[in-house]
Amino acid sequence: MRFRRPGAAPAADDVADPARGIELRGVGHRYGERVVLDGVDLTFREARVGVIGANGSGKSTLARLLNGLVVPSEGRVLVDGLDTRTQVRAVRRRVGFVFQDPDAQIVHPTVAEDVAYGLENQGVPPDERAARVAEVLARYGLAGHADHPAHLLSGGQKQLLAIAGVLVMRPARIVFDEPTTLLDLVNARRVAELIAGLDQQVVVVTHQLDLLDGFDRVLVVDGGRVVEDAAPGPAVAAYRALMAVR
Amino acid sequence: MTLALYVPRASVVHRVPAGAKLLALATLAIALFWLPTLAGAAAALLGTVAVGLLVARLPVAVLARQARAVGWWLVALLAVHALTTDLRTGAQVALRLLTLVLAAAVVTATTRVSEMVRVVERLCAPLRLVGVRPARVGLVVALALRFIPVLVERADRIRAAQAARGGSGRGVRALRTTVAPLLVQVLQMAHDVSEALDARGADDVPSRPRRRRTQEAPR
Amino acid sequence: MKTRDLAYVALFAAIIAVLGTLPAIPVGPVPITAQTLGVMLAGAVLGARRGALAVLLFLVLVAVGLPLLAGGRGGLAPFAGPTAGYLLSWPVAALVIGLLTERTWDRYNVLVGTLVNVVGGLAVVYAVGVPVLKVATGLPWAEALWSGAALFVPGDLFKAFVAAAVADVVRRSYPVIERPRRAAGAR
Repeated sequence: MRFRRPGAAPAADDVADPARGIELRGVGHRYGERVVLDGVDLTFREARVGVIGANGSGKSTLARLLNGLVVPSEGRVLVDGLDTRTQVRAVRRRVGFVFQDPDAQIVHPTVAEDVAYGLENQGVPPDERAARVAEVLARYGLAGHADHPAHLLSGGQKQLLAIAGVLVMRPARIVFDEPTTLLDLVNARRVAELIAGLDQQVVVVTHQLDLLDGFDRVLVVDGGRVVEDAAPGPAVAAYRALMAVR
Repeated sequence: MTLALYVPRASVVHRVPAGAKLLALATLAIALFWLPTLAGAAAALLGTVAVGLLVARLPVAVLARQARAVGWWLVALLAVHALTTDLRTGAQVALRLLTLVLAAAVVTATTRVSEMVRVVERLCAPLRLVGVRPARVGLVVALALRFIPVLVERADRIRAAQAARGGSGRGVRALRTTVAPLLVQVLQMAHDVSEALDARGADDVPSRPRRRRTQEAPR
Repeated sequence: MKTRDLAYVALFAAIIAVLGTLPAIPVGPVPITAQTLGVMLAGAVLGARRGALAVLLFLVLVAVGLPLLAGGRGGLAPFAGPTAGYLLSWPVAALVIGLLTERTWDRYNVLVGTLVNVVGGLAVVYAVGVPVLKVATGLPWAEALWSGAALFVPGDLFKAFVAAAVADVVRRSYPVIERPRRAAGAR
């Protein structure tokens, strides 16, 4: 059941309904004159959703819409029924976001401080914060680096740190924007395994097609539109066909 | 923190709260300017050195380094005052200067950076009235420290990329081929970092769809 | 202030710090430390508000005990020394450069930028730095002006030009300063 009263946004957090998943309703987005997304209607309820497309196809913008980093020029994005335009804070607590470049995501000079950052924003008390940070660092093999400067980590470790900083916040859904693009094969596989093992709903934007093995659903984005929406096999085939004619 | 002038010791001076030390430093400065006597300045200098070396047990090098940094000024002061006023005034002014510099060095060497940052946050508390959030001071300090090694790395990368294409890192032309691109690159990085901060709950206000800047579109 | 502005402020504080690690360039008798170049760039690229805050943040980092001034100096000692006035003038310099850059944004070029940087980066800096130097040292005016300003003019002029040249490229490829509102700019 949904009531659409123009101008009347849902008042509080308590309207959240996890069963609704992530919904895009008539979403369009433009930067200046350039239209990057147009007429997108989607509902994500699957545990594993992949998004593929050429450079500049609009898939990064699509990813950023899902947790309110970008607010659509047209239409609405709802997460568990919460509008990213009016309830961005609640939305971001539900949807974690992992960026392509960990260097752009690590914001504190040392490893443990960085992981704790999101928890501080959530107002988690210091004792619990420390416990949760230690737990996450141990799980991703970073326990020995807690007090190390983040810039001394390897590229793979930096990406693990970036992911740890998101997972520690325990979001119900996580969006990954090309999480393996800057990694070597070993680290890319490690991140792929990590993603496969998550309990959360996951949306992955990627150029690395084997990352999508076992996914429930894959979208192909082209020219700001969703041109294919299927299981990984057919979707990847459609993407290859699309790229072949360029 | 790897880069810091803090010297860890278990001393009374180290344990005094940062705010109190800063207040003492300010008081000393005011006193030295209000009571300009040679004896007073000499006593203050002795006292400062005694606190630094004997009570706080700082290495001599910590103080010597700061003294050297103003050494040229001390000599110049004595010389100029000897020529224009008298040597006594010159000595008093030089001692006052040296005392203040050393006292400041003692405060810095006995106080952790994080403690100082907390004092800064507290000093910023009144700014809440004009819309400044003191907690953000801590964030922006951390960000700056995080950016320093990243900048060095990016600068090296750009220099290497230019060299690979036969460019040199010198001359006015290098400004256009090295410094400006580096700046554009790190501005873009700062923008990306701000998105990451927002994604982790730094801000509850969504960034509005931007109208003019096509280059800020996610790649 | 948006998160993006905080990131820009932190970025330029870091840039000024990194410029302090560059070896001084020997141009003429007075070596140029690149740090004041960073101050000028902060104003010219970020504008008045963010530029001044970036420089202020840099000074806070120095004051709380990080050795970020050229030559690895830091802590409170530099603020107690004879050249404290120069440090304290830097945020004002960035503010003035930022204000003038915003006003001239539509017709900004290397020449205009250099003039703007001379006003903010030389005039303002000397106006605050020299009197503080005189009070702290008791030097006569002539001496204070010579050792505290005149010696630095050639290097500072060069930096004003460099900052303008860089700011002009950035302005065209990744403008951070918003186009000023015409009505406000007219007064």
